[in-house]
Amino acid sequence: MSAAGLVLVVAVALLSVPPAVAQTVAIVGGKVYPVSGPPIDRGTVLLRDGRIAAVGAEVSVPDDAARIDATGKWVTPGLIQTGSTLGLHLLDVGGQVDTREDSLEGPLKPAFNVADALDPTALPLPPARMQGITSAVAVPTTGLIPGQGVMYDLFGERVESLLVRSPAVMVIDFSRSGKAAGGGSRAGIMKRLRQVFRDALEYDRRRDDFRRAAMQPLAASAEDLEALKPVLRGELPVLAIANRKGDIENALRIAREFGLKLVLWQGAEAWQIGADIARARVPVVVEPLTDVPTFDQLAPRLDNATLLRAAGVNVIIAQRDEALHRNLRFAAGNAVRNGLDWNVALRAVTLAAAEAANVGDCYGSLERGKVANVVVWSGDPFEFSSWAEHVFIRGREVPRVSRQTQLRERYRKLPPTY
Amino acid sequence: MNCLLLAALGAAISACAARPAPTASPAPSKSAPYPSTYQRRSAPPVLIRNATVLTAAGAELTNASVLIVDGKIAGVGTNLTAPPGVVDMDATGKFVTPGLIDVHSHLGVYAAPSTSAEGDGNEATRPVTAEVWAEHSFWPQDPQIPLAVAGGVTVIQALPGSANLIGGRSAVLRLVPARTVQEMKYPGAPYGLKMACGENPKRVYGKTGPSTRMGNMAGYRSAFIEAQRYGEKWEAWNKSKSGTKPDRDLKLETLVGVLRGQILVQNHCYRADEMAQMLDLGREFGFRIRSFHHAAEAYKIADLLAKEQVAASIWSDWWGFKMESLDGIPENAALVQQAGGIAIIHSDSENGIQRLNQDAAKAMYEGRQAGLPVTREQAIRWITRNPAWALGIDSLTGTLEAGKAADVVVWSGDPFSVYSKAERVYNEGSLVYDRNDPKHQWRTDFNLGTGAPGVGR
Repeated sequence: MSAAGLVLVVAVALLSVPPAVAQTVAIVGGKVYPVSGPPIDRGTVLLRDGRIAAVGAEVSVPDDAARIDATGKWVTPGLIQTGSTLGLHLLDVGGQVDTREDSLEGPLKPAFNVADALDPTALPLPPARMQGITSAVAVPTTGLIPGQGVMYDLFGERVESLLVRSPAVMVIDFSRSGKAAGGGSRAGIMKRLRQVFRDALEYDRRRDDFRRAAMQPLAASAEDLEALKPVLRGELPVLAIANRKGDIENALRIAREFGLKLVLWQGAEAWQIGADIARARVPVVVEPLTDVPTFDQLAPRLDNATLLRAAGVNVIIAQRDEALHRNLRFAAGNAVRNGLDWNVALRAVTLAAAEAANVGDCYGSLERGKVANVVVWSGDPFEFSSWAEHVFIRGREVPRVSRQTQLRERYRKLPPTY
Repeated sequence: MNCLLLAALGAAISACAARPAPTASPAPSKSAPYPSTYQRRSAPPVLIRNATVLTAAGAELTNASVLIVDGKIAGVGTNLTAPPGVVDMDATGKFVTPGLIDVHSHLGVYAAPSTSAEGDGNEATRPVTAEVWAEHSFWPQDPQIPLAVAGGVTVIQALPGSANLIGGRSAVLRLVPARTVQEMKYPGAPYGLKMACGENPKRVYGKTGPSTRMGNMAGYRSAFIEAQRYGEKWEAWNKSKSGTKPDRDLKLETLVGVLRGQILVQNHCYRADEMAQMLDLGREFGFRIRSFHHAAEAYKIADLLAKEQVAASIWSDWWGFKMESLDGIPENAALVQQAGGIAIIHSDSENGIQRLNQDAAKAMYEGRQAGLPVTREQAIRWITRNPAWALGIDSLTGTLEAGKAADVVVWSGDPFSVYSKAERVYNEGSLVYDRNDPKHQWRTDFNLGTGAPGVGR
């Protein structure tokens, strides 16, 4: 098997669900938001064998199906969190390195893939699931090229039963935090990236010379250069951290030069060049609560997503979260508060996110054949007054239990009984 | 989140909870140095009509009006007579609340654009720095300030960070455009004293001490023993006026202020067991802690906090970002309230302060979902009346009651909806923010020419 084959293990094949849990479930009578099409009043969503078997107003429910009465409820695809360390840490405890697995030392780590660090027992997973987040793109951090992110589902026993796509993205940091690897300058970031990309192409052309040690030393190890091949073929998307307008322009420039498939991440000043971004057909992962100026982003705006959408950019919504990854739906709500169309916001946390991770054919909408990641909400999923009443991941209902709910019950009456 | 570390407790809410006793007159004497030069801006009277009004002092009112005259609430109700020259505002479909108060902010002391040059929040050079005052770090041109105002915030407590056991004095400030911090200082507001439990001091001073929680406790006790002795020395001299006049000591002056009940203790403390230790510390030296901040585990000792009437200032749902926050739960505020305690939602964040209403909303609905009844009228107190109490200014602001300062927010809709926005913000009757009028969207000096858009853009 070629090294390239090792790098691009696409795990969508793993989507089959163990038959033991493959119950048929019919969610009946709710207002269904498929995302891929118009809402359906009093629709039915049928889940079978971990997939969506049918969606519509006229779906016949098999006798053996477990029925969930969703009258008055809202039914949507599960939400997808793009670009976070959710699942990579037993816990996100600052300074407590023995709980964190998201980074390697050094500036250039294209071969570092976080899949082996995924932890199905990570403590932030249950609260995130209970807020309707069913999949995530988990990414490595630190350095100019932190490494490869993976897409996974939030519910399962082993890494193999979580993974959706590995790698899903290659992370590259064009922002202030990438500067150290560029010798302290943003221009240095570009210089070093061009050098690494050229060497990766050179390595690919002169593999035999490399083996015979008949080449000048290259800018990265063979393993790392190898890992860049799918990036330079435009197959593996680059998740590019860039906030300043200039950083975004640099990312667009280098993407043109080397034929990269780009997804911008954070993009605080992206609203300033929405037309350019739209023309390049580059989606932007927006964090809609960003408005505090720094020297990495002097001009952030709360309506960034709104302005980008108006310029024709495909918008994805994410939010790094001090409450450990649970508040994605409220970030989407705030984007609506600041002008984004509600349906666009729903797409931005479902189908648009799936498409950016190259899994739009299996995830992100309620369509026959897609993976059964489905949420039944008590009301508008973006509102504080609503909650996720039923969360299905690959057709299995997630229990509404977390460490927090256990603590709550223990201390509901004081003094507690231990 | 610059200091990552604080939570405070809120004001009494439940009908059966005794209202906490007001602290002994905290007003600084006329000779207090660095006095407030704040002056109310004169503004025409305003009548806000046909709104849903959450007064933080009683039941929710519908189709009600709020009248502002000379910077004060002149009336709240349905039959108000408008004085001549009134600015008449039909607020049908809108909500009116008191101005929001953040008991835990580092605006101005950790200003944007977040450079080390402006990292003025932690005097992290020794574990007890009771001598420093946050107001001496505060930068009134911090571009984060108008962003908070656009979220409906009218008053903050700017605090030193939590590196130190005793971090220094806080400043209670009105968020109004100003050239100097003196022009923002809330007249008559007592000072707070920032204290910090747990991980931060022992991490920062691990090499020289304290390096343990028992070291932390010894540090507080030693400082207050010193303060007692200092206070006695001055008392004796004041009585006899003979012998050598004692030297002034800035650090001990502040701690004596705490012992005399003139300075309110604002104590960063996450864990239930540590809060109990701090309550005992207060007993040992005869002072009361006004509020615990970042009290992630307040719900575990909600009964104790209610009995002591010490507020719990918290986030709705932050947890797990450090060991002492591991047990934070989103029903914390509701559980504290249910026990008769004083719950406060605070931010400790330049982002969170822009959406205190949303954080209170989360805490309210998480409580309801767990079967803990919380009304909107109660939840609004978590970000208005209760923080006013924790800062010792509840006789002046924090509710919409006749005679109180006209710190008022007009919301586009239910403030506990994610879609609602503060439309107009009045700070003692002065319109400091109007979402629909660029004339009332103040830009700091930093916003000029840097491209930083500021509010409303």
